[in-house]
Amino acid sequence: MNGTTHPVIRSGLLLGLIALLGTVLLTGVNALTHERIAEQEKRRVLQQLNAILPAASYNNNLLEDMIEITNEALFNHPAPVTVYRARMDDQPVAVLMAVTAPDGYNGDIRLLAGFDNSGTVLGVRVVSHRETPGLGDPIEIEKSAWILSFMDKSLLNPQAGGWAVKRDGGEFDQFTGATISPRAVVKAVHNALVYFDANRQSLFETDAKKPKRDNG
Amino acid sequence: MAEQLKQILVDGAWRQNTGLVVLLGLCPLLAVTNTLINGLALGLATMLTLMVSNLSVSALRGLLRPEIRIPAFVLIIASVVTAIELLMHAYFYDLFRILGIFIPLIVTNCAIIGRAEAFASRHGPLPSLMDGFATGLGFCITLVLLGALRELTGHGTLLAGAEMLLGDWGSYLTLTIIPEHPGFLLAMLPPGAFFGLALLIAARNALQADKIKRPARPFSNLSRDKLIGNTHET
Repeated sequence: MNGTTHPVIRSGLLLGLIALLGTVLLTGVNALTHERIAEQEKRRVLQQLNAILPAASYNNNLLEDMIEITNEALFNHPAPVTVYRARMDDQPVAVLMAVTAPDGYNGDIRLLAGFDNSGTVLGVRVVSHRETPGLGDPIEIEKSAWILSFMDKSLLNPQAGGWAVKRDGGEFDQFTGATISPRAVVKAVHNALVYFDANRQSLFETDAKKPKRDNG
Repeated sequence: MAEQLKQILVDGAWRQNTGLVVLLGLCPLLAVTNTLINGLALGLATMLTLMVSNLSVSALRGLLRPEIRIPAFVLIIASVVTAIELLMHAYFYDLFRILGIFIPLIVTNCAIIGRAEAFASRHGPLPSLMDGFATGLGFCITLVLLGALRELTGHGTLLAGAEMLLGDWGSYLTLTIIPEHPGFLLAMLPPGAFFGLALLIAARNALQADKIKRPARPFSNLSRDKLIGNTHET
């Protein structure tokens, strides 16, 4: 050693110093941005919810009045379904369910479906998907108006057999060259509606889940 | 000094353009250029990363020993990119959602570590900053051109989605060049990116060929050989 530090140790310390500098930088930036990021995430969820359910039609805090349910047998998906409950002066108005269609052409299609208290569909939106661009992606509202065809439907309108794409004898259009994506969406919305119809009472009465602080 | 900086600018942005000549960083180049705005956003983020990483590497170059320089570069670049990712997440949320995974993947853009190794670790802070700017500018221009080309042929618009970068007034910037465009799927999908890039490279080579031929004697085959040598030098 001869009084001088071994070169390997010097190199190690130097790398450690650079890592420390990087850590300091990132800690600073994270402290600066994390509140705003959480806010942005919240705003986005609320935007999606309000696209289906106008903000004027309820007066509770949707983002906090939510529960999670799991029903793998019905939804055919192990992930819990988030249910946001809209109330006006504590009277149930509507629910918004974040369901996942497991059988898209390229895996999961995440949806947000809103039902009013009488079980009529207020609207459905695709939150995320990996369907083929140009073939399966007309399920997006930005690409086509197809997703609006769910509006005002209910379990009795059409009857159970009608909740399918036309090729399967149902009422909903499919797209040229793509039947799988719309079929998956129709099925998922129908399942959510079935669940809502069977559990309407308990869905509104269950205590809200404590909102998570960290990842909103 | 001014002359040197100018030379660095020309080298980085044109003569050794990352996307068109050196062909580095093709993964983000091909993946996000389906619209002009997406290309511009990733281009700016990459440019910023290049400038900050070049500056940091240059400032630390006295400390760096050869055997640890590569891990040190990676640490610096990864920190810078993560910081940019957090800032975009907070301030350009819509854009962040679209560019998604390609922001963290800037780390893997070989052009950045390449400039750190080839330039910043051997030059002072000012030329290094300039080199980062020039290389970033060249990359950004390539992304914007390719994005514009694909957006125009694929959708018939330009600058769609500008509001994500500029705020609400940006939506007025969207130009519909070809009204009632039916949508050209090939341009929007990855193959369109390859075709577009090939066209851009060809266009650049044609421009460069003009430049080199002019001073040469007419009817000479020499200039063609020169050109081939020139475009492939590193």
